[in-house]
Amino acid sequence: MIGLEHYLTVASALFVIGIFGLFLNRKNVIILLMSIELMLLAVNINLVAFSAYLGDLVGQVFTLFVLTVAAAEAAIGLAILVCFFRNRGTIDVEDVNVMKG
Amino acid sequence: MIGADIQILLPEIVLAVYAMLALMGAVYTTKDGAASLLTWMTAGMFVLLALVIGVNGQGYNVAFDGMFVDDGFARFAKVTILLSAAIVLLMSEGYMQRRGLLRFEYPVLIALAVVGMMVMVSAGDLMVLYMGLELQSLALYVVASLRRDNAKSTEAGLKYFVLGALSSGLLLYGASLTYGFAGTTLFSGIIEAAEGGASLGLLFGLVFLIAGFAFKVSAAPFHMWTPDVYEGSPTPVTAFFATAPKVAAIALFARVVHDAFGGIVGEWQQIVAFLSVASMFLGAVAAIGQTNIKRLMAYSSISHMGFAMMGLAAGTVGGVQAMLVYMVIYVTMNVGTFALILTMEKDGRPVTDIAALKSYAKRQPLLALVMLVMMFSLAGVPPMLGFFGKYAVLLAAYQGGLAWLAVAGVIASVISAFYYLRIVYYMYFGEDTQALDGRTPPVLWVTAVVTGAIIGLAWIPGVNLFGLDPMAAAAAATLVN
Repeated sequence: MIGLEHYLTVASALFVIGIFGLFLNRKNVIILLMSIELMLLAVNINLVAFSAYLGDLVGQVFTLFVLTVAAAEAAIGLAILVCFFRNRGTIDVEDVNVMKG
Repeated sequence: MIGADIQILLPEIVLAVYAMLALMGAVYTTKDGAASLLTWMTAGMFVLLALVIGVNGQGYNVAFDGMFVDDGFARFAKVTILLSAAIVLLMSEGYMQRRGLLRFEYPVLIALAVVGMMVMVSAGDLMVLYMGLELQSLALYVVASLRRDNAKSTEAGLKYFVLGALSSGLLLYGASLTYGFAGTTLFSGIIEAAEGGASLGLLFGLVFLIAGFAFKVSAAPFHMWTPDVYEGSPTPVTAFFATAPKVAAIALFARVVHDAFGGIVGEWQQIVAFLSVASMFLGAVAAIGQTNIKRLMAYSSISHMGFAMMGLAAGTVGGVQAMLVYMVIYVTMNVGTFALILTMEKDGRPVTDIAALKSYAKRQPLLALVMLVMMFSLAGVPPMLGFFGKYAVLLAAYQGGLAWLAVAGVIASVISAFYYLRIVYYMYFGEDTQALDGRTPPVLWVTAVVTGAIIGLAWIPGVNLFGLDPMAAAAAATLVN
């Protein structure tokens, strides 16, 4: 029987993978965007699992909002990335270094 | 019923509809030709809404079954946000015009960001909180990279985006845990669920939520985006980042910890106190080595947010009141300082090097005096306004039983005085090297002198900080009960 804990475990694993992807990745900014997406999807699993467990629809409504915002966020992130690429000709994370700090 | 709900949301709806109409209008007519007009119109709109909210707002209203709260606290924050955004917009117009940056999207994006902030401070539900926060953040990511042919500006936008999205993720994870363990997303339901001690899951949710807020208010150790974003963004945008979003973020912070977790003050007090100490010291120490005035202001804002959080950490009505007073004073100081930074030009190009201010007092005695007042006030030297803000939060922390935090605040304040006074030293005693251009646009001159006068003269008996204290007290009383 798969219970709430299983879902929460999967979600927390995905969330942690997302965070590590954000900090350990040294190669490509696109991977950062993927990591962010992974974090948000982990949250969605959490919300839907809780929603089913509690028998309460609010969690699923929340999930829909999160999905919508995630799409908008990805669009803006890619737009900024395109501008960045035009200026620098690279999207390597190590080249995001004009300013130090 | 829905009519009454919409009545309460009217300011936000009006501003959102205005922003969309302005966007469509500009796209289908003259495009950037309308930018200047739109900037003034948007600023006028902000002032008008601030007047409506400040004068007409009455009582404690709840819309959509408690999802949206319109109380004294929200109105206080909204008026501060709207007025500071209006002033910053007016200050930006000339600067951006001269550099070909004044696109019509700029006022529209600022208007949308302000709608997001207004929703944030009125949130009564985790979903409303998230939507408001994202509306604000998404607009700000774009504004940060407004100078899209410039490597620094786009890099600032990219860094802001990645770290902002990370913070949204943390916050959202906290929101999902809170929802799961409280069984509801409404703050009024969460506070009931947390009554008499929170479950471990709820505590995890609280910690993640606070981490997300700490990112948004740029509190150490979640501050790393601030200096780069401040440096890379066009200066008027930096001025905006330093004012309205900070007020909105800390107001939201206060709203969540008091409205949703007000029953377990002991649980979050330690975290907020830690964030406060870390921010104050990091802001004070890391700013010492800075030569770029925008980076310096970034560290300065980190340190100031630490002080504001000191009021929040007290966990009392007096603490929230002190925090609100501090934020209003902080915004006033930043508006004035950035008005002066915006005038810093050499051969028509903006300069952000602190050394360029050497012997500024010889050429611009009045503006140098205003800068002196600002720096003394930021450092917290009496009798400037900044001193009263610091005094209020230190007193609140002491009365809230956090005497060690108040002592740490005084020490951090002394350290930070060093770099503020260095600027004053440069202006009055620095050797004459490179001269800044003497031109000062009237808007910037008026803003600088007026804020300088407000900050420098608030100590006069009878002025009583312009009645700020009782207003903040009334606002705080509606939040904490």
